[in-house]
Amino acid sequence: MDWLALSDEEWTAIRLSLKVSTVAVLVSLPLGILVALALARGRFWGKSLLNGIVHMPLILPPVVTGFLLLVLFGRRGAIGSLLDEWFGIVLSFRWTGAALACGVMGFPLMVRSIRLSIEAVDRKLEEAAGTLGASPLWVFLTVTLPLILPGVIAGMILAFAKAMGEFGATITFVSNIPGETQTLSAAIYTFTQVPGGDAGAMRLTLVAIAISMAALLASEVLAQRIGRKVHLE
Amino acid sequence: MSLIVEARHRLGDFSLNAAFTSDGGVTALFGRSGSGKTSLVRIIAGLTRPKEGRVQLGDAVLVDTSRRLFVPPHRRRFGYVFQEARLFPHLTVRQNLDYGRWFSPKSARTENPGRIVDLLGIGDLLGRQPANLSGGEKQRVAIGRALLASPRLLLMDEPLAALDEERKAEILPYLERLRDEVGIPIVYVSHSVAEVARLADKVVLMAGGRIEAIGPASDVLGGPRLTSAMERREAGSVLTGRVETRDAAHGLATIRLDGGAAILVPGATVSPGETVRVRIPARDVMVATVRPEGLSALNILEGMVEAIEPDGEGMASLRIACGGDHVRARITALSVERLGLVLGLAVHAVIKTVALE
Repeated sequence: MDWLALSDEEWTAIRLSLKVSTVAVLVSLPLGILVALALARGRFWGKSLLNGIVHMPLILPPVVTGFLLLVLFGRRGAIGSLLDEWFGIVLSFRWTGAALACGVMGFPLMVRSIRLSIEAVDRKLEEAAGTLGASPLWVFLTVTLPLILPGVIAGMILAFAKAMGEFGATITFVSNIPGETQTLSAAIYTFTQVPGGDAGAMRLTLVAIAISMAALLASEVLAQRIGRKVHLE
Repeated sequence: MSLIVEARHRLGDFSLNAAFTSDGGVTALFGRSGSGKTSLVRIIAGLTRPKEGRVQLGDAVLVDTSRRLFVPPHRRRFGYVFQEARLFPHLTVRQNLDYGRWFSPKSARTENPGRIVDLLGIGDLLGRQPANLSGGEKQRVAIGRALLASPRLLLMDEPLAALDEERKAEILPYLERLRDEVGIPIVYVSHSVAEVARLADKVVLMAGGRIEAIGPASDVLGGPRLTSAMERREAGSVLTGRVETRDAAHGLATIRLDGGAAILVPGATVSPGETVRVRIPARDVMVATVRPEGLSALNILEGMVEAIEPDGEGMASLRIACGGDHVRARITALSVERLGLVLGLAVHAVIKTVALE
């Protein structure tokens, strides 16, 4: 069973992947909820355009998304140079860049799930909350948000799973630096490129399967626990 | 506290143009579905912004389009009971009831929320989830939730329409207690003559987005102004009186009407001294020019024909003054002719049924 023992570099890749995916999901969540709200409820010029941009990473080849990120957020990129100048934030070839790439790739899945749950909310309940004295912000926090929670969690899990599996955009944007940007998928890819790397690739593959299953189960349990409260009506 | 409402609004092909005032008590907005009752009550609540109009309660102006003034619903403190209960499914009954309290100003909060819970008989439901309540229970919780927000005005939009007869009968007594014990003005939307007769002090009759008549319940529900055939069939007199005696052996109560006449009402569980309302459907009143004998009807009132209003479809509505009260009778135009009924003629009103409200 020795071949199952994970080496330090492999552990590093797993930890990095978990960190990158978690940060990607948590940072994109508030924006995801806002965009989902705008798409579900808003009536404004350019709504179809926003919808198109949000869904772009789902349709484009990941390498293209990665290259666009490099152009925009690279050190000399339009946004990247400003971030560097004003805040000293550098994304290219850093794990934060990997988180950005994973966040962008998972974003359409997250927004879609949250948007569907917002559209399913009975607006009459929000109206009732308003007549009881709740301002629009309080209505959102005390009525809308609890009711869409299952959808939000499903969206987070989907985005997390997408981030764990993300490869093309990440490797294009931040390359494959062990310890900094080498995520689980990139590590598996590296193993397959060297002779005798099959055992390592298999070990990481098993870990990837275990993490995906755990995430799926966790989402089921959470959704059920919340759903029991929310969907009885 | 008086409520002033004026609104002109357009919704597709439907146009609303209505104005009324209320000086407290229960004001019923009454009319067929599609007559604009709900649109008007939504404007009062602030859920719809009228094209032109004005809503004022006491000194507080909530809408005045000429001054571009519009107070959003959450700052109006108007309670709203919807046709469906609209309870929050993710909260327990207790949390639903407390919801409005969180947002009401501390100074205005009901000091004794238990009283409202008792009044509505929902004390045993507090720990339950809304999904496990019956329709009638849900609606009572919804009424409690609106009241516990300490509203300045209570709007009720057909709160009983989604319920079956049994549930309606379950809730109506609570609404009556509400009217008598909670001192806030109520605007009650309904298309049911029975509900309006039982609850309302003042009736605003609506049709086609306009107001057809405004007046005390007994006048408006009396007949000729009711427009649809269904409403006319249900038309009748609403009279108030005091229970004089109760004959337990026969299950009859004698009620002395405010106008002086006494009538017998069967099957009533009332106690002497109580003030009650009775409704006499106009179609259940017969008219005789001489005192009839050998008749099963218990109530025969002497009176005088005060008005004859033919409806042009073979029927006529009669207003008969019996002492200080007015009893409506709905008879055929042929009968009017055959009996030679004219204004001022002394007649006997034979009342087949009296419903105690």
